[in-house]
Amino acid sequence: MRNIEEKVIVAGFGGQGVMLMGQILSYTATEEGLNTVWIPSYGPETRGGTANCSVIISSEMINSPVVPVPNTIIAMNKPSLEKFEPKLTPGGTALVNSDLIKDYTFRDDIIVYSVPCNAMALSLGNLKVANMIMLGAYLESTHLFEVQAIEKTFNKLFVGDKAKLITLNKNALSAGIEVVKKQRI
Amino acid sequence: MGKVLMKGNEAMALAAIKGGCDAFYGYPITPQNELPEYLSKHMPLQGKVFVQAESEVAAINMVYGAAGAGARVLTSSSSPGIALKQEGISYMAGSELPGVIINVMRGGPGLGGIQPSQADYNQITRGGGNGDYHVLSFAPESLQETVNIVKESFSLADYYRNPVMIAVDGLIGQMMEPVELDQEINEKVSPEKTWAANGESAKRGKINKIVSLSLDPYELEKHNLKLQKKYHEMIANEQRYESILTADAEIIIVAYGTMARIARTAIKSLREEGIKAGMIRPISIWPFPSRAFKNLPTTVKTLLAVEMSLGQMRQDVVLSINGQLPVEFYGRAGGVVPEASEIIDKVKSIIGGHKNEN
Repeated sequence: MRNIEEKVIVAGFGGQGVMLMGQILSYTATEEGLNTVWIPSYGPETRGGTANCSVIISSEMINSPVVPVPNTIIAMNKPSLEKFEPKLTPGGTALVNSDLIKDYTFRDDIIVYSVPCNAMALSLGNLKVANMIMLGAYLESTHLFEVQAIEKTFNKLFVGDKAKLITLNKNALSAGIEVVKKQRI
Repeated sequence: MGKVLMKGNEAMALAAIKGGCDAFYGYPITPQNELPEYLSKHMPLQGKVFVQAESEVAAINMVYGAAGAGARVLTSSSSPGIALKQEGISYMAGSELPGVIINVMRGGPGLGGIQPSQADYNQITRGGGNGDYHVLSFAPESLQETVNIVKESFSLADYYRNPVMIAVDGLIGQMMEPVELDQEINEKVSPEKTWAANGESAKRGKINKIVSLSLDPYELEKHNLKLQKKYHEMIANEQRYESILTADAEIIIVAYGTMARIARTAIKSLREEGIKAGMIRPISIWPFPSRAFKNLPTTVKTLLAVEMSLGQMRQDVVLSINGQLPVEFYGRAGGVVPEASEIIDKVKSIIGGHKNEN
């Protein structure tokens, strides 16, 4: 089995779908036979302020379920970036929503991918898939799972009335993957 | 069935159904609300009882009534809600009624906060209610261990005719982890409930009465001694713990629940640096696993109790080691979850102290 030890914090405004992003990673990890823990923030700060969740994905048994020092952060807005960028491990990766984060001086010991996921989501016709664009960007930056593995999770999660959203979400995922591919060059 | 990703509160709810729970009575409180929410949907679908009571006090007395009728009953709450239920729990112990109570702990005292805590330790292990009684109590560390214990607890409650409490901190309630719901567990064989007040007195030829009132002190003393015999049986048979890397340890951390998992991370780092740390992880908190502290290797110089509370469990460690070793302490309160690095720093400061002494 692959040797994996990933610790990611996903953060944004309540309503941006950050909890779902984390859950999709944990669902996929479970399907892939990996160990995983998903922890949400569940304080009053979820009302209007920042919401976040932490996800650990590991090929080993997971001891501490909490993530004081993430390898990766996904910041869907500026308050989230300000809160979690200082915690990021040196050499870690920050994926940021560049539509809501402007004029920010990043640490020089981390890798940053800027993803205009709001504008991209609107061009796909639905602002709500900004999170899945970001998830695609995350996937391309970490190569944690094959894109098909995430799509399999979509098929499991989006059932009944939501099944019609699968194609849109797959397109969003692909768009996010492309953004990071381009920034790599 | 393989592993499924579930939220702790929902996994505990499903485990209760699998453990044969017939009825649930509860009142909402964070951070355990997903548990009754899940049961409110799934219990009626299975022809079982779900009641959202008007208060915690009402809920625990409904548990008393349903348990008295012979049902397998569950209630769940979080710290201040458990405090409200203490009177009913004492009555259940007095009347020897089985029942399962899930406590998803948050910071106190008073209404406190909603973040994870272990500050109910004394409330659980010393009994918040009146009288000489004990509640069989477990504090698992992972969702897998939690669901297995929830399932088993119904048979334990029936076997001992006593309330059983599952105590987890808010993190275990809120987090998602892959679990296998159908793992084989050792269930105690539940004796037939010939004592139940279930409307079958004509068939039985005698009326079963379930009361905790007993006005003759000699009779009540006799009842108390009978209860004590049962508690001694629990002390003999239900001490559960895990010893981790203790064989060559210089320092042994004592921690339970989420705190134990964080301590595992600390121990791994300490071992990588050549510091011989180990852990005793209580799984039952009443009875406290004193047995784990007998015949420790001579390499051990210090015990370190680590809690999300301010020294409550440490008292049981002190009682268990009975003066043979110093018992240091590290803890955070109010909903703050200690990081592994804090435990590492504490261990190093203790070990450093030893070196200075030598």
